[in-house]
Amino acid sequence: MRRVTGLILLLVLVAFLVWGMLLIHPFGHPDASHMDDYIIENAQEETGSNNVVAAVLFDYRGFDTLGEATILFTAVTGVLFLLRTLKRKRESS
Amino acid sequence: MLSKIVRTVANQLTLFIVVFGLYVIAHGHITPGGGFQGGAVVVSGVILLLVAFGSQELKKSLRERVLSIVESSGAVLFAILAFAGIGTAFFYNFLVGTPIFGGVPEPGPGAGDIWTGGVIPLMNFAVGLKVIAGLSAVVLAIALFSSGEEVEE
Repeated sequence: MRRVTGLILLLVLVAFLVWGMLLIHPFGHPDASHMDDYIIENAQEETGSNNVVAAVLFDYRGFDTLGEATILFTAVTGVLFLLRTLKRKRESS
Repeated sequence: MLSKIVRTVANQLTLFIVVFGLYVIAHGHITPGGGFQGGAVVVSGVILLLVAFGSQELKKSLRERVLSIVESSGAVLFAILAFAGIGTAFFYNFLVGTPIFGGVPEPGPGAGDIWTGGVIPLMNFAVGLKVIAGLSAVVLAIALFSSGEEVEE
């Protein structure tokens, strides 16, 4: 019974993923390219940066980069905190 | 600690790795790369030193407390630069056209100039500081922990 339920769930999941994959637009042909065209046209004048990727990262999508920096900060804080706690526990035991 | 040959070669190579990483950070607004990538390159030099000399030797020159402070100041610098343009919008590039990094390159492909990009080179620098200090602290902490020695507060 459990096996049959698992198999049915797996088939449903696979069907869902295949359905999703079929709906993706062809590779290299995005549905809406207005934003790309705008950035390629205007990034150099607006940000003064020759590297358009850097212009998107730090100017147009700067908020996203702030999130990335926060992730890095949280990861470093977590690792240092965890290792110190483990160390103290190892010493006391 | 590895043999003397490895230590000598690591000693010489680290300088070039660090210079290349700083180059990638400083030219983030002209060539491919930036703060994250250049910082990772610099940290690979730190890891080379860590492998060659061992965590005990490296602990004497790289203090975790200092690294934490540098990382936090990089984050604060990034946030300050983001808030500095809030007169127009959050993350507004307010330095374009001013004497500081204000140059605007010719549209289209070109060699580029280091004195362009507005706030982008400064943000690359802040992110680079953050990545260098943060990843170095993590790698050093893990190496010290796995060697069973005391973690520097």
